[in-house]
Amino acid sequence: MSVLIFIDHADGHVKKASHEALSYGAKIAEKNGVIAEALVLGQVQDDLSALGTHGVKKIHQVLHEHLKQFDAQVFTKVMVQVAKQTGATTIVFSNTSSGKALAPRVAVQLKAGLVSGATSLPEGDDDVKIKKNVFSGKAFATVTIKTSIKVITLNVNAFPVTHSENKAEVAIFNASVEAPKSKIIASSKTAGKVSLTEADVVVSAGRGMKGPENWTIVEELADSLGAALACSRPVADAHWRPHNEHVGQTGIAIAPNLYIAIGISGAIQHLAGVNRSKVIVVINKDPEAPFFKAADYGIVGDAFEVVPKITEAVKKLKNS
Amino acid sequence: MKILVCISRTPDTTAKIAFSDNNSKFADAGVQWIINPFDEWYSLVRAIEFKEADPSTTIHLITVGGVDVEPIIRKALALGGDEAIRIHAEPLESYQVAAHIASVAHSGGYDLIFTGKETIDFNGGAVGGMLAELLDIPFIPLATSIQVNGNTATIKREIEGGEETVEVPLPLVISSQKGVAEARIPNMRGIMAARTKPLKVVEPSKEEAMTVFKAFELPPPKAGVHLIASDNAEELVRLLHEEARAI
Repeated sequence: MSVLIFIDHADGHVKKASHEALSYGAKIAEKNGVIAEALVLGQVQDDLSALGTHGVKKIHQVLHEHLKQFDAQVFTKVMVQVAKQTGATTIVFSNTSSGKALAPRVAVQLKAGLVSGATSLPEGDDDVKIKKNVFSGKAFATVTIKTSIKVITLNVNAFPVTHSENKAEVAIFNASVEAPKSKIIASSKTAGKVSLTEADVVVSAGRGMKGPENWTIVEELADSLGAALACSRPVADAHWRPHNEHVGQTGIAIAPNLYIAIGISGAIQHLAGVNRSKVIVVINKDPEAPFFKAADYGIVGDAFEVVPKITEAVKKLKNS
Repeated sequence: MKILVCISRTPDTTAKIAFSDNNSKFADAGVQWIINPFDEWYSLVRAIEFKEADPSTTIHLITVGGVDVEPIIRKALALGGDEAIRIHAEPLESYQVAAHIASVAHSGGYDLIFTGKETIDFNGGAVGGMLAELLDIPFIPLATSIQVNGNTATIKREIEGGEETVEVPLPLVISSQKGVAEARIPNMRGIMAARTKPLKVVEPSKEEAMTVFKAFELPPPKAGVHLIASDNAEELVRLLHEEARAI
């Protein structure tokens, strides 16, 4: 019996979402009185033993030339070997691009029930109950897993990262590794910007900005806060902003600590993608904009006047 | 090329979300049903584009559900596709859907199998990956662009904070999202043609559900917005810093 957590990494560094998954998995292990173990595939620059801070006791690392790039089929086969050998009964992924590719495959191989996009710790003993988002954030469901092995993907920004004084033991795991069928031929970063799905603060703007040429004030506010940029669907559809900034029901769903919506009326489809944000600020010149009903703080006013003043106030705060 | 497009029926994006039977079921009375937007706008349209570029392409649509999902599959056929398959089952979870589709896809000889990024009701995003594992073929989730050249697909997909381009041999399963194609509206000719396109009903294999949706709840309502005067940006920033501790 153990909890096995998948550690995702990019450019040699453990992803933020994996720190959350490690903290979450370690908490499950603690509640059930079992050991938390983790798995990392391929070479990482970070000090893996330091991940013990989240409560994980042992980290298995598999090194092989075929693990230099992500391939879900290859990774799944290795994960299944590790899960079987360690006797893992709960397997945790973060609900990220790689977790979404791996968790369904691993669940099928282990004949395990899968809950994807969990937002809470499992409750109960055997048929554990887990909360997840449904209807794109408009509701929650409580799901039970009936199988003895359980696979969970944890939503990003849904569980706080925990710290302790502990170190983890790191051990090389010898697994058989197949050659990947897929080949990553290029990868690009959204230059110098904060990742939207992982961001703590998101600054988002809509049609109220009147045109793509007016985005400078939005970008300046985002820069002052170290925030990621987002936009509403009409803005992405009109090609004012790239489609990877579109948040909402049919775009990306996000759950940052702070979401600032500028010139977005707050259609139900938009709210669905952002209403898990902890604090919502709405700036709109229309006092009747439905978004105010979902907001924590609001300013009724012209974005072109208000936003630069907020940026100035943020800079003042950060410099004080 | 032979393409299979997985179609799911979901409530309309503006549907009122409420629950019945002691919060154990989605209250679907009076709900407008649509094709899951990720399946329709991106997967299906991209499949149709492949057929437009090479008319020898065959497109099959597949759905899992009772007779009441047929209007949705006819609507999908009005956009395009040669024939449809409905697996007559009421699935409770992603695994059952994937297993039912796999039982048909196993002998179907499909080169490309499309799913949407997720359905907008249960937000699982798991059917594609499970289906690929059951068929032992690659699965590329979160695609934003799909090209096929001979036996190789070149797919751009979203990763955290960026994008990567992957080359994968056919056959494979893809989940698509914004960027893959532009949504279309069916025309009268398509709607007429859809009425006579074959819609095959297949009895399901027996698949036990491994997870159960026990109960639903709506998020607690917001306490109400704290409005700040438009000339007092400093007060907003102070509140975000001191009260909300968000910056």
